[in-house]
Amino acid sequence: MTTAAPDSQGHSAGHGHKIGFIGKYIFSRDHKIIGIQFLFSTLLWFLVGGLLALGIRWQVAWPWAEMPVIGKMLFSGQGGQISPEFYTLLFTMHATVMIFFVIIPILAGAFGNFLIPLMIGAEDMAFPTLNMLSYWFMWPAFACIIASFFVAGTSGAAKAGWTSYPPLSLTDNPVTGPKFAEHWHLVVSGQTLWLCGLAFVGVSSMMGSINYMTTIIQMRAPGMTMFRLPMTIWAMFITAILQAFALPVLTAATFMQLLDRTVGTGFFIPPHWSANNSIPTAGGGQPLLWQHLFWFYSHPAVYIMILPAMGMVSDMISCFSRKPLFGYKPMVYSIAGIAGLGFIVWGHHMFVSGMNPFLGMTFMVSTMMIALPSAIKVFNWLGTVWGGNIRFTTAMLFALSFVSMFIIGGLSGIFMAATPVDIYITDTYFIVAHFHYVLFSGTAMGVFGAIYFWYPKMFGRMMNEFWGKIHFLLTFIFLNGTFFTMHILGVAGFPRRYADAYHFDLFRPLQPLNAFMTYCAIGMVATQIIFALNFILSMFFGPRAPRNPWHANGLEWQAPSPPGHGNFDFQPVVYRGPYEYGSPEVDSDFYPQTQPPPESQRSAELDPDPSKAVPVH
Amino acid sequence: MAKFWSLVFLLVPILGVAIFAVSPGYKWWLPPDISVHGRTIDHLFYFILYLTGAAFVVTEGALFWFLWRFNSTDNRDPVKFTHGSHALEVVWTILPAATLLFIAIYQMNAWAESKIDKPQMPSTLEVMARQFEWRLRYPYPHPNLSDPQDVEDCKLGGKKNIFLVNDLHIPVNEEIVLDLKSADVLHSFFLPNMRVKQDAVPGMKIPVWFRATTTGTYDLACAELCGWGHYKMKGRLTVESRAQFDEWLVKKYQEQQATQEAPAAAKSEDSP
Repeated sequence: MTTAAPDSQGHSAGHGHKIGFIGKYIFSRDHKIIGIQFLFSTLLWFLVGGLLALGIRWQVAWPWAEMPVIGKMLFSGQGGQISPEFYTLLFTMHATVMIFFVIIPILAGAFGNFLIPLMIGAEDMAFPTLNMLSYWFMWPAFACIIASFFVAGTSGAAKAGWTSYPPLSLTDNPVTGPKFAEHWHLVVSGQTLWLCGLAFVGVSSMMGSINYMTTIIQMRAPGMTMFRLPMTIWAMFITAILQAFALPVLTAATFMQLLDRTVGTGFFIPPHWSANNSIPTAGGGQPLLWQHLFWFYSHPAVYIMILPAMGMVSDMISCFSRKPLFGYKPMVYSIAGIAGLGFIVWGHHMFVSGMNPFLGMTFMVSTMMIALPSAIKVFNWLGTVWGGNIRFTTAMLFALSFVSMFIIGGLSGIFMAATPVDIYITDTYFIVAHFHYVLFSGTAMGVFGAIYFWYPKMFGRMMNEFWGKIHFLLTFIFLNGTFFTMHILGVAGFPRRYADAYHFDLFRPLQPLNAFMTYCAIGMVATQIIFALNFILSMFFGPRAPRNPWHANGLEWQAPSPPGHGNFDFQPVVYRGPYEYGSPEVDSDFYPQTQPPPESQRSAELDPDPSKAVPVH
Repeated sequence: MAKFWSLVFLLVPILGVAIFAVSPGYKWWLPPDISVHGRTIDHLFYFILYLTGAAFVVTEGALFWFLWRFNSTDNRDPVKFTHGSHALEVVWTILPAATLLFIAIYQMNAWAESKIDKPQMPSTLEVMARQFEWRLRYPYPHPNLSDPQDVEDCKLGGKKNIFLVNDLHIPVNEEIVLDLKSADVLHSFFLPNMRVKQDAVPGMKIPVWFRATTTGTYDLACAELCGWGHYKMKGRLTVESRAQFDEWLVKKYQEQQATQEAPAAAKSEDSP
């Protein structure tokens, strides 16, 4: 098993052969460095995505009003206004950045990489070089998306929404330039770059998921059976499976659209189609095909974007309730259930798309059923908190807010699953509210919690708890101010992706509500300054972290903080699951997975499987 | 501080319910319904709203209570060392499963009425969506019944049709079937007051049907991103009596006949 990665394994901390600065910190093959690289990159993109969101909020609240300071700098030619073209670019890029550069890589790339070997007691990933490549394949994607912002003219950056539905994504604004540009603009336009960027993200994710699956199956420490894995690892494992099975479809679809744009295939173009008075194309394809292919990936991707957060939150809630996780196996099965059902619900994005309405009914039933495992998870989290001894650390507050907010996001999904109601609320702000509750109030809050929780292990220092709690409180208030009111907008029928909806009589009364939401959104982004300062300053000035600052049971807390090359300075052997808090067997209220049981029980319980062992050199 | 944090979580259900309770008073709510399907859809919406509202209050309330009761500052009871309960798992699997299945079956008729059971009748009009307007095509309402050629011409798609942009008129209390098409990209035909929404797909002809119950003027919006001008793809829906509707069609037809000669004259002036 160790032959897969001979170089990076078998060295305990500090005794590795000489690796230069570049090899150690830049083109590193150490899972911890790669995880932290992912973390820094995704946090930077988080900032970009947040600022794009403010642009959207500004326009929705006060359409065509001059933006203070920024308006003069960016749009001096248009009187400081956001143009409608730029507005479509804003929401397209906000979603693209947040989904493909923040949420997916921060969960799988940052936390998956950092935590998997540590939590299963391995010295590194199964394929360290592949792991390094999975990070560096993000960079061509970053380059494509950044370049897409700067493509000249209004036919520039991608602006067909993050879903890129053809035929809109196959058309560009009429070209005013020289004749030769007519085809050239298709090749270098923002949409083409966007598609390339997506393909690179896919390559990166695929490399990661293969690595995670292999590592979790092959490299667990002695005694770490599958049902002794922490929920974080279960979630990462099932997420990796989802990625591996769903991604090829997106990659294929991306290349089909690329071919449609560049060499004139007609996968998504209907026969004799023309737009903007261009010459009719031969076509022969079907626009709905893209929607099927896209959502076949992007619906499972929704679970890729939430399951790891669910896993991490389970670990934090159990640890800070000082109580075993309620219903460990049902939690595992419900993650598996979500993943399985996740493959047969994609059509609920297409209820009014023109898809066969009978098909809509089957997708409606499967969609209703996928609410069930989510409900089971919520009940089990509540069961975990019940009867515990709850410590309100910053990480715990974020984890609890995940549960509280996920309830809202889950329940609002039922409205959309009900097809007749969906006819009315689809493509309104109701759906915007729904997925922001799942992805920001859920996943992002879970990720904040995870950062506060595992920061001591990552950087060997503690973050400031006081400022952490201020950060939590303000974020919690502002996010609800921003996103809860979106439900109301949606009920009133307010359409999404409108640069200006107030010329409709129906939507004019909603302006004050939108203004309120924009104030909250500005507050929410500003609050993150507290987090950024806490994050950066703690790295240098935070108090040194002990190995196990939270008195947690997981294997990662037995390694040094931060762990050296090879992670563990001893061979971890696992005796029990990770949630034995408050066990009557020991006096302390936690019972690390590596702590041998008392003498009397040892002969009965100890049965580590030596074939799972990673040999110690 | 532990009590404070518990109360922060209590604010979620309290403010959540409060916002939903006061919004209708500010007209931040479902627009007035003027259709038959709309009534069914609104009924379903309220049914789900009350059901999820109850689940929301109960679960968030439970979360608050557990945090309040079991926080480490005040709670002196030993931790309940339990790994779960098989009985509870069964209960909270079966109860939501049954509820969800009930909702799924309960709504099927409403979906069928809106999207599957198309009324057996000729289409009332054709709607061609394009960047960024709604092009409408009506049949002429008074064919000369003794002239078979005229009857043929007056049908939808015939020579004697009326062409309009963004000005959608329909008769009240009559079933309307329209053929929805798109000339360029995806659009979505959205009548908020009717709870009607259907994407227009280039290359497809999709039937949409509804029945209005109240006369008046309402908004028609596009609900699927169709380009930079998506937001301004606005039409006006006028619901009126059959007599007014026919009269309006005839008037529009006469205007159309008059302008059909005018452009020819204008053309000769324009050309150098």
